[in-house]
Formats: sequence, C-alpha cells, structure tokens
Amino acid sequence: MIHSLFLINSSGDIFLEKHWKSVVSRSVCDYFFEAQERATEAENVPPVISTPHHYLLSVYRHKIFFVAVIQTEVPPLFVIEFLHRVVDTFQDYFGVCSEPVIKDNVVVVYEVLEEMLDNGFPLATESNILKELIKPPTILRTVVNTITGSTNVGDQLPTGQLSVVPWRRTGVKYTNNEAYFDVIEEIDAIIDKSGSTVTAEIQGVIDACVKLTGMPDLTLSFMNPRLLDDVSFHPCVRFKRWESERILSFIPPDGNFRLLSYHVSAQNLVAIPVYVKHNISFRDSSSLGRFEITVGPKQTMGKSIEGVTVSSQMPRGVLSMNLTPSQGTHTFDPVTKMLSWDVGKINPQKLPSLKGTMSLQAGASKPDENPTINLQFKIQQLAISGLKVNRLDMYGEKYKPFKGIKYMTKAGKFQVRT
Amino acid sequence: MLDTNKDSLKLEAMKRIVAMIARGKNASDLFPAVVKNVACKNIEVKKLVYVYLVRYAEEQQDLALLSISTFQRGLKDPNQLIRASALRVLSSIRVPIIVPIMMLAIKEAASDMSPYVRKTAAHAIPKLYSLDSDQKDQLIEVIEKLLADKTTLVAGSVVMAFEEVCPERIDLIHKNYRKLCNLLIDVEEWGQVVIISMLTRYARTQFLSPTQNESLLEENPEKAFYGSEEDEAKGPGSEAAASTAVPARKPYVMDPDHRLLLRNTKPLLQSRSAAVVMAVAQLYFHLAPKAEVGVIAKALVRLLRSHSEVQYVVLQNVATMSIKRRGMFEPYLKSFYIRSTDPTQIKILKLEVLTNLANETNIPTVLREFQTYIRSMDKDFVAATIQAIGRCATNIGRVRDTCLNGLVQLLSNRDELVVAESVVVIKKLLQMQPAQHGEIIKHLAKLTDNIQVPMARASILWLIGEYCEHVPRIAPDVLRKMAKSFTAEEDIVKLQVINLAAKLYLTNSKQTKLLTQYVLSLAKYDQNYDIRDRARFTRQLIVPSEQGGALSRHAKKLFLAPKPAPVLESSFKDRDHFQLGSLSHLLNAKATGYQELPDWPEEAPDPSVRNVEVPEWTKCSNREKRKEKEKPFYSDSEGESGPTESADSDPESESESDSKSSSESGSGESSSESDNKDQDEDEEKGRSSESEHSEEEGKKRKMKKRKKEPEGQEGGSSSEEGSDSSSSSSESEMTSETEEEQAEPASWRKKTPPSSKSAPAAKEISLLDLEDFTPPSVQPVSPPTVVSTSLAADLEGLTLTDSPLVPSLLSPVLGVGRQELLHRVAGEGLVVDYTFSRQPFSGDPHMVSVHIHFSNSSDTPIKGLHVGTPKLPAGISIQEFPEIESLAPGESATAVMGINFCDSTQAANFQLCTQTRQFYVSIQPPVGELMAPVFMSENEFKKEQGKLSGMNEITEKLTLPDTCRSDHVVVQKVTATANLGRVPCGTSDEYRFAGRTLTSGSLVLLTLDAQPTGAAQLTVNSEKMVIGTMLVKDVVQALTQ
Repeated sequence: MIHSLFLINSSGDIFLEKHWKSVVSRSVCDYFFEAQERATEAENVPPVISTPHHYLLSVYRHKIFFVAVIQTEVPPLFVIEFLHRVVDTFQDYFGVCSEPVIKDNVVVVYEVLEEMLDNGFPLATESNILKELIKPPTILRTVVNTITGSTNVGDQLPTGQLSVVPWRRTGVKYTNNEAYFDVIEEIDAIIDKSGSTVTAEIQGVIDACVKLTGMPDLTLSFMNPRLLDDVSFHPCVRFKRWESERILSFIPPDGNFRLLSYHVSAQNLVAIPVYVKHNISFRDSSSLGRFEITVGPKQTMGKSIEGVTVSSQMPRGVLSMNLTPSQGTHTFDPVTKMLSWDVGKINPQKLPSLKGTMSLQAGASKPDENPTINLQFKIQQLAISGLKVNRLDMYGEKYKPFKGIKYMTKAGKFQVRT
Repeated sequence: MLDTNKDSLKLEAMKRIVAMIARGKNASDLFPAVVKNVACKNIEVKKLVYVYLVRYAEEQQDLALLSISTFQRGLKDPNQLIRASALRVLSSIRVPIIVPIMMLAIKEAASDMSPYVRKTAAHAIPKLYSLDSDQKDQLIEVIEKLLADKTTLVAGSVVMAFEEVCPERIDLIHKNYRKLCNLLIDVEEWGQVVIISMLTRYARTQFLSPTQNESLLEENPEKAFYGSEEDEAKGPGSEAAASTAVPARKPYVMDPDHRLLLRNTKPLLQSRSAAVVMAVAQLYFHLAPKAEVGVIAKALVRLLRSHSEVQYVVLQNVATMSIKRRGMFEPYLKSFYIRSTDPTQIKILKLEVLTNLANETNIPTVLREFQTYIRSMDKDFVAATIQAIGRCATNIGRVRDTCLNGLVQLLSNRDELVVAESVVVIKKLLQMQPAQHGEIIKHLAKLTDNIQVPMARASILWLIGEYCEHVPRIAPDVLRKMAKSFTAEEDIVKLQVINLAAKLYLTNSKQTKLLTQYVLSLAKYDQNYDIRDRARFTRQLIVPSEQGGALSRHAKKLFLAPKPAPVLESSFKDRDHFQLGSLSHLLNAKATGYQELPDWPEEAPDPSVRNVEVPEWTKCSNREKRKEKEKPFYSDSEGESGPTESADSDPESESESDSKSSSESGSGESSSESDNKDQDEDEEKGRSSESEHSEEEGKKRKMKKRKKEPEGQEGGSSSEEGSDSSSSSSESEMTSETEEEQAEPASWRKKTPPSSKSAPAAKEISLLDLEDFTPPSVQPVSPPTVVSTSLAADLEGLTLTDSPLVPSLLSPVLGVGRQELLHRVAGEGLVVDYTFSRQPFSGDPHMVSVHIHFSNSSDTPIKGLHVGTPKLPAGISIQEFPEIESLAPGESATAVMGINFCDSTQAANFQLCTQTRQFYVSIQPPVGELMAPVFMSENEFKKEQGKLSGMNEITEKLTLPDTCRSDHVVVQKVTATANLGRVPCGTSDEYRFAGRTLTSGSLVLLTLDAQPTGAAQLTVNSEKMVIGTMLVKDVVQALTQ
C-alpha cells in the first residue's frame, strides 16, 4: 500500500519524509517536480502521476503537497482519502497545518504518522485514539514537560482501539457536560448574466462539539427529515435507525467531529438570499472600461446578511482599477488581476455598491471575456433549507447535559456570470 | 547523550535523531548507540528507538539482531497491547535472518486471545511475505485461519493480507463470504474498501451476470460489451454465452448470496469516506442488475463537493460510467456544470461528463452552457469545449447545423487558439456531410491568410483539396497563395500543400498544372525528407511519364477516394475493462499488481461452497457435499420443506390412532429425508445461514398471523410488527403484505380453530401452508428466498448496530453448557452429551435443535449409531440425526437433531442404538430453550404487553446481588437462561426481552425493572401461563445466584 510520504512546500523543498516499508529514494519526487513545473498553478498538478517504478499520489492543502509513493495497484481514493485524513489530524493536533508548525513539531508528527500506518495499511486514524497514544502539544504541557521531564507519549495503552466504539475514548470526564451542534448550510449556485439561476443546490453539515462524561447515547431528531435527500454519516451513527425512523442515534466521539453531511433534495427550489447587479463593459475605442457592482438582499427571511465579500478575476488586459465603494474596502492585485471587495454587512436601506473605471493596456483590443463574480456571505440563525432540529435526547448516563444548537447559512461556490 | 542514565537526556537525543531522519539525513552511524536503548523503560524513548530501528535495521542487519530478544520477550507479555506492538516492530525489521522467528511469532499471534493481536498478526503477514516469498504456503495457512475470525477488527486486515499474498486463492473466501458480508458494515473504513474490492472480484467469479438476460433481449451496447470482453478472454465466449443463456431462458434468479452482498454494501454509500463510497459504487457498477445501479449516482455526485483530488478521481470514474449508463447521471446534469474557479483538469473532466450526458432533450441547455465556457479565460479549457461541441454535434444529428454555425462564428474570434481548434473540429464535422457546406469551406479558405496555427492551416488545406469540386474557383487561388509562402510553412502544412496540389492537378489540371509543378519542385529541395519523399512520390503518380502509365491512370482513385468520416469519441470509451476506482483505471494502463476483474461465469458455480460447516463435522460432510452440488441451493431448501412438514404432521394423527405405527411411518419418512436435512444442518450451524433462517422466520410469522386473525386480533398490527422489526425496508413491507394477502384465504377456511389446543391447530395450518405456499413450478421459487435473505440481512444489521452492549444477542450463548445424555460407564465407553444450539432447526421451525456430541472412549469402534424407536408423550416429535456409521476409538462426532417439545418441558425419551446395544435416554429442555428471540421496537413491545395483561402477567419481586447490577451482566444472565432477544429501551433501568415459543409461536415478553438499590421487579407476559411461571422462576434463580 502506501510506501512513503513526502511533504513538499510550494517552493519545491522536501521538508519531511517518512517511509513505512523499505526506503524510497527522494529522487522519485523529481517526477513530481516535473509535473509541478508543467502545471501553471498548484491546483493543476495531477493528483496521480505514474513513474516507471512508482506511482505518486498527491494532495495539495495549506500550501503543502503531501505526496504518497505507492508501488502496486491500490484504489487511488483510498490513498487520497488517507492523505486528507493525515492533514485533518495535523490540523486537529496543532490547530493549523503549515510548514513551520510541522517543522517545529517534527517528532510528534513522526510519531503520529508511525501510528497511523502499519506497513502502509492504515492502523489508527481516529483522532480520539491517536490523542490517547500521543498527546497533542500545548503550551502548558511543554512547560510541564521541560520541568518534570515527562513525555508527550501517553503512558496508557490505546484501549479505545479494542472497544466496540473505536471512535470514543474510554473514561471521559467533564464537570460541565455540554453538547453543541452547528447546522451549517452552504449554497452552491451559478447565476447567469441576466440574474436567473443556472443551478443552485444546498449542501449542509452538522458539526458537533460534544463534551459529555462517560458513554452517552444520543438521539437527534428533525422536524422535517424528509428534506434531507442524500446523507453521509460519521461511522458512529446507527444507519438502521435512520433508515427506519429518520432519527440520528449515536454514541458520539469525544470533542469536535462532523456528525452528518447532507444534500437537500433538488426538487425544493433554492431561495437565493442575495442578488448582484453588475455592469461591466469595455469599450473598443478607448482604453477605459466601466465597472459597477451592487449587492442586495433577496429572500433572507428577516435575517441580515453578514460577512459579504466579492471577488473577481479580471481579464489579463486590465492594468489598474479606479473604484470607490459605498462601504467596505477593496483591493486590486495588478499581478494576479484579482479584485476583492470586503463589503461586510448589507444594509437593506442603503445597498452597498462599487463603482469606477478600469484602465486597460494601451493598444490592446478589448478582452472578449467577462469576469465571473464570486460571492461569499453568511447568514446567522438561519438554515436556508428550513431544516430544524426537533430534539436531542441522551440515554445511558444520568446527568443533565447542556444542549445547544446553532444554525448558519453560508455561500458555498456562489458565482455570478457576467 | 544516549549513554547517560537520565531519560530526559536520552529522549532529547532521540528526538534530534528522529528529526534528522525526518529531514532525510542519514543517521545510520549512530545505530549501535541507539540499539542499546531498546530496552529502555521510558515509553517515548522506546518508541523513538523503534522508529529508528525500523528505518535502519535493513542496513545494519547484524546489529539489529541485538534487539530481537527484547521483542521476543514482549511477545509473551500478559498485556495484549504490548504483545501487539512487539509483533509489529519485530515484523517491521526487514532482516532475512529472523524470518523463522517472525513466522513463529505470527503463527502464535494468529491464535492469540486478543483480536487486536490477531489484527497485528494479519498486518505482519504481507511484511513477511515481501521479505521472503518462500513462506507463502505457511502464510496462506495463517490467512485461512484468520479469515475464519469473527471479529470486525481482524476482518479488514486479513483481507488486506489475502490480497497481497494470495489473491488467486479465491477458494479460501467461500466459507467466509457470508460472514464478511455481514460484518462489513462494522469494519473500519479502510478495511471496508479492501473487502469490497475483493468481494467484487469474488462475486464476478461466483455468480451469474444479472444483465445476462437483458443483454440478450435488448439491443444495446451492453451486449456488445460483454460479448467483446468474452471474446478477449475465451475466444468464442460470446457465442457460447448466448447459447447457454438461451436454454436458460427461465427468468434470471439472483443467487441469495449475491443479493446479500448488494444489500449489505448499500448502506455504505452513506459513508463519510470517499474511498468507501467509490468502492461500493464500483461494486454496484460491476455487479448489480441494471435497474439498481442508479442508486450510486447520488452518492457519487455528493463526492463532487469534496477536495479537488477526490473530484478528479471521481469524475474520471463518472466519465467512464456515463458512457455506458447515461441515464444514471442525467438527473444530476447540473451538478457537473463548471465553475470558473475549478482547476483546469477538473473542468476538462466535467466537460467530458457533460458531453457524455448530452442527448436530444438536454442538448439545448448543454450547448448554452458550452457557450459561456467558450468565453472563459482558460484557453486550454476553451479548446476542450470546442472539441466537446464537435462531439455533441456528431452524436446528436439534430443540432449538427446549430453547432456548425456556432463554430463558424468562433472563426472570427480574436484568439488564435480558439480559431484553430474550431477549424480542426469543423473539418471533422464537414467530413460527415460535405455537400451542403460549400459556403463554410469558402469561408475557411478566406481564413488562410489570418490563421497561423499550423494544424488549422493544414486542416483547411486538406478540406479544400478534398472538396475542391465544391469550390472550383477558390481552390486554385488558395494553392497559388500557398505556393508563394511554401518555404515559410511548417512541415504539416507543406505536406497538405502537396496534397492539395496533387488533387487539384487531377481535377483541374488546366489551371493548376504549372502551379503544381512549381510546388513539387520546391518540395523536392526541402530540408525535411518526408516532404522530399512525398513530392517525388506524388510526381511519379500524377505526372504521366513514359513508363509509369499504369499507376498514374489510377491516381485519381488513389487521391480522391471517398474517405470515411472520423468518429469523434470519448477517450473514456474502453476504460471500463479496468475495475472502476482502481489505479489502473485512472491511468488507463495496467498498474503493478492489478488484479484483472474476472468475467462473469457462464454457468453458476456451485453455490453450496459458501455454506458453513461446523468444524467437528467432518464425518458426513464430504458425502453430503457431493450430493449438494447436484442441486441448486434455493430449490433444495424450498423443496425440502414440503416433505419434512408432512413428516412432522404425522404425530398429529398419531394422537388419535395407534402411536407405534404412525411414529414409525414418521421416522421412516424422515430418514428418507435425512440426507437433505443434514445438508441443512450444515448450513444451519453456521451463523450465516441467512436464507433458511429467514425463511423460517417468515414462516413463523405467517403462522402467527393466521393464528391471530381467527382470534380476533387485527392482522394489521402483526404485519406492522413484522416490517418494523426488519427496520421497515420497503421490501420487507411488501413481503408481509403479500403474506397477509395469501394468509387471508387460509384463515377464512379455518374459521374456528380450537384456540386452546394450539399445537394441533398450528400443525393443520402448516399443512395448509404447504398448499398455499409451495406453489406449482410456474411461480418462480426464488422471490421469497431473495426477499427473505434481505430480511435476514436487515435483522442482522439491526442487531449489530442496536446492541453494542449485548454481544450475546448476535450469537446467543451456545447452549447452556453441555449436559450429559449418556455416561461413560452406562454407555460402555460411549459418551454422549447434548447442548441446545439455539439455532433454528432447518427442517421444521417448531423444533428445538439439539446438538449431540458423541465420543468414543472405549477401545473398539462403535458402529451404526442411530436413534431407535422413540417413546414419546403426545405431541412431542423428533427428527433424528443421520446414522453415524462408525466412531473409531478416541474419536468424537457431532450431530444435530430436532425435537418438537410442543411448548412443554416434558422430557423426550428415545433409544440410542448402536449395532450391539440400545440405550434409553431422555432430553428434558429448560423452559428458556423453548423459545426463539424476536426483534421488535419499544412501541411494539408496549403494545403487545398491553394485550397480555391480567391472567397472562406474572410478576415477581427480587433483589439483585451486587455482582449483577451492571447492564452487561443482567443481559447476559437473562439471555443465557432464556433464548430471548433484547428490545431497545428508553430508560436505563429497565430491560426488555421478547421471544416466541417455538411450537405455538405465542409471545413471551420479559421486563426487568431494576432500581439502583438492587431491588428489582421481574414481569413476564405470555399466553402460556405455565411457561411464564417457569420462566420467571428460572430467571429469578439465575439473577439472584
């Protein structure tokens, strides 16, 4: 299975290598560098590269390439999924996953990787178990360690690995027992020039933060479970209960985890909460173009739209932009030709707008493409699909937990074509 | 620092060394100093030393041996986790000398108590194999042993080992197939992927193609596909397949095991892991009947939301699937629309999918999308879009003109790449119907002045040459221009200029003779020898010379022969001969170690190989297995249920008439059936005897329904219960409905059965059962089996997921310990014990199955062991075990017999005969064995309990001793005493169990209400008051002991 792993930063240095079988020379990565050069952008590096003796599978996250070397046939998604899991684990351990952080914690990283794979086959990938084996570094612990000489490696053995609920640690104890659930929905949409919707769908997730003592058995039910068209579960969810009663019944892992992700059935029309009015035009004769964008709320069910940012990749011919926003700040990067406008909150009485001119390369003919506008926004306390959690019950433990639920709607891949 | 005594210093040193390794620096010269620390007490130091050791042991083999003894000691440690980690490191040290030690350690660990250690052993197998492949045979033995393991922890790892070491030994899987299917949902994600892809291969070799019939009847690419694949594999395969399939016209019946696999993998489409979803998707694509493949589309579309690498792989697979099963993804067309922020490789793949999905109805929307894509900034993507438009135009005749017009408009685009690409595509399109498009060709001819991209220029020239009769005026002019700039052109353009010249010379020699000669002489002195060659060759052909007349006469035919139009097709067309989701599929080339996906067999291999035997059952199994092979699995079990039921209906008449004769006739009949029964027993013993199991369950349910209806209860409730207990999957609902429909007339006929005498009533009904339910051969036998398998699978899943606390539910405590039937002294060396196996008896659902263990402790063989004339109280009947021919001294054997105790605890007395002696023995069942668990929800339980109040309720107060206050103990004690199933319960202090008595099928509900103080109240609700009372007594005794 997975032979070796190389971590490569965007400037092409290998800053960590780990081998699970016999050592594979660094020179395999030359093939990767070749592909990297050929691809203009980091995202365009093909995830699978075939070399005479090895296959290189890579993922690109946090400006780091995680390149796995394999030798024999294996489902590529298996490896890619694993690499993503590695990144998630690092993020879980260190808060961020970046080159300096990994370099600082190289020993912990190495120990974690050692536990995650045995001979190239995944062994312990649940972060709950890993944390039991190797404690994540915290400032407090580093201080204590240097004074007392104790270690990061947990001295208990990973008992969780043996239990029926491998995702949960044993012997969890909290003084405040709390369970929080965040229902986050994202709207993916493509809006065409005239403002009509080309495609729109809602994807949602329920992220949970559960800090409960013992072995609680939770049940979560929805007011309108029929809304959920396609769901995928954390392994802790009992699928049969969902099938028969549309109830989520599970023994949760400890800490943060993604309980469920879902897709709202396509029949329901998606309410698009914002609209964008745009007028972007280039003139043939002059080297000036007009640029005007207005953002406004549409169907928001009384909630305000926050955290709005507008970004757009301008055509290559644009040299500079001279714009004035009615609110917020804007920047234009003349190298990448990326315009971004941080709008903030939309005030329905006074719609934010961005107006001005663009100056084009002198002599160049007008660009024949129009930029696409990408939109980001957030609406608190609203699940745009109308999904509502009915109740949360706990069995198996005696105390009363504190329960909380939060709704949020965000823009996913929200694009307006002009 | 490593030599100090202080752990903290050692740790610091090791950390630095590991950091060096991580950065890829060589730290091998520190080996001796590091190895010394392998026995260090500090866990972190130890771990880091392990890391170091595994990295460098290969290079410093001699020194590495120093550390081995530490691990050998670790292997004997009482703590399972230390044993496991010792084995893990030991097996990771790649030093050939220690191969024997590793082998030994693996063998030992494979039979370790702890599943975690066994898992580690499974991991170690491929490691050893890669070190020394000579150990293969021994390793296969270990794999075989581990495959039989029943824990989810081991399953994934051992299948992984299987795939690496001996993927060709598919025969090892047979016995474990059903178990793997059932465990699948609880295995961890990585194991699931491996198991699913292995099972895909397995199913391809073991089951018939579900699309076989369709492909015969319909005319679609399906047939061509399977045919062609077969051709590759076995030459005349496709014809053979067709001919075998024709006589097998009888409706295709899916093997219940095949169905089991499909059912058990379906929930995994909901997994959070993309790899698992993909694995299931490819399984469905390769194995499921056409109608069912659709379910995977939704899940795959969901994956498109994931990271771009995942998208990349998924889209590749979707592209392949969408060629063959276009309909599957059509509803999700919009999910493949392209966003400007997608990476180029994703855009191009999405485009591929969109093109594959385009058809008559959706082409307008697709084309409108394409139009927006053409204005994108990403030029590679634009080029790909133009090609996609070309493909749509060729595939869908209706829009060809629209597309062509659109493309012509693109010719005025300012971007040269776009124009060039359009020209190339237009050329291909025009080739299909050149006649109407003189105008376009003229337009193109005008473009030659502007277009600089060689490929496009070449295309235009070719077009003009090919269709010069449509543009007779322009063609010579173009040639003139080209001749002028000939020397400055690229090579491909030059070649086309020569072609054009030659063609014009042939059609219009008057105008172009001189031009052609000019071009040819220019070409003669070109730097490129291809062009020189071509020029010489062309000159010889077209310019009539003195000798070479023969060829030049045919020159026109040579140059202006009609050329077949090119076919624009997807690059994913033939990729599906690779297993989807595999690396090889992605690369479109065979990767090392790729296991070819086998073709469907033409005839179903013997399905009985998957039946699981009890290990001790060695004596008769061989003989039986041979017999079994002659019959297909399902028909065997179905057909057989007839005679057995009639056999057990005999005792009913016996109660009225002479007992002796009828029991003889009963036994006679049953002995004639004994062979069949044994086969069933074989199956029965394994946990995974789904089909029978569920059939029985189904029958039982039918029984109950009929009994209830005359008694004035609504049939609706029971059907509801039935379906709910199997988690209300639609299929099961359907069955219960149909059952009900069929049950109705039966209950009509028997309007007033004596409800007090339930036993005979049940039997009469079972006779009716025969008439109603074993229909004549017209009706296919299979649907019930298929459905019931799925039912069983559901039940299985239900118990697995619902009861992490009650492991005993799944495989109930095997019997209540052995009880003696015949003592050694009394039996003159023959020792006979019996246990209640708690598995439904295959022949008759009303019978309790009793495992009888014989062992011969004498020194002479005992021959002809069988059951002699039983002397039975009224109602009780026996199905004997088949005669055991001979039992050698010291040997032991096991047999299964069924006893219908008629819901009473009366003893069954019978004779056990050998060739020489007869022993009188009797079996008395504990009351708890007279029932079988049923699964119901909390609500149903309460409803049923409400119906059984008053007289039917028996309550007892008791105090639980300290030792049995935990959930686990209570549940275990109750289930050990009585064969009941646990019912999920809202409150933690209450335990509920439910079961039905075997013969009459009356409900037995048990509730235990335990206070934290230890005081508890036990309530049993049952129609059968005697049973209820006895059960209360037994349970109280068990709990208070």
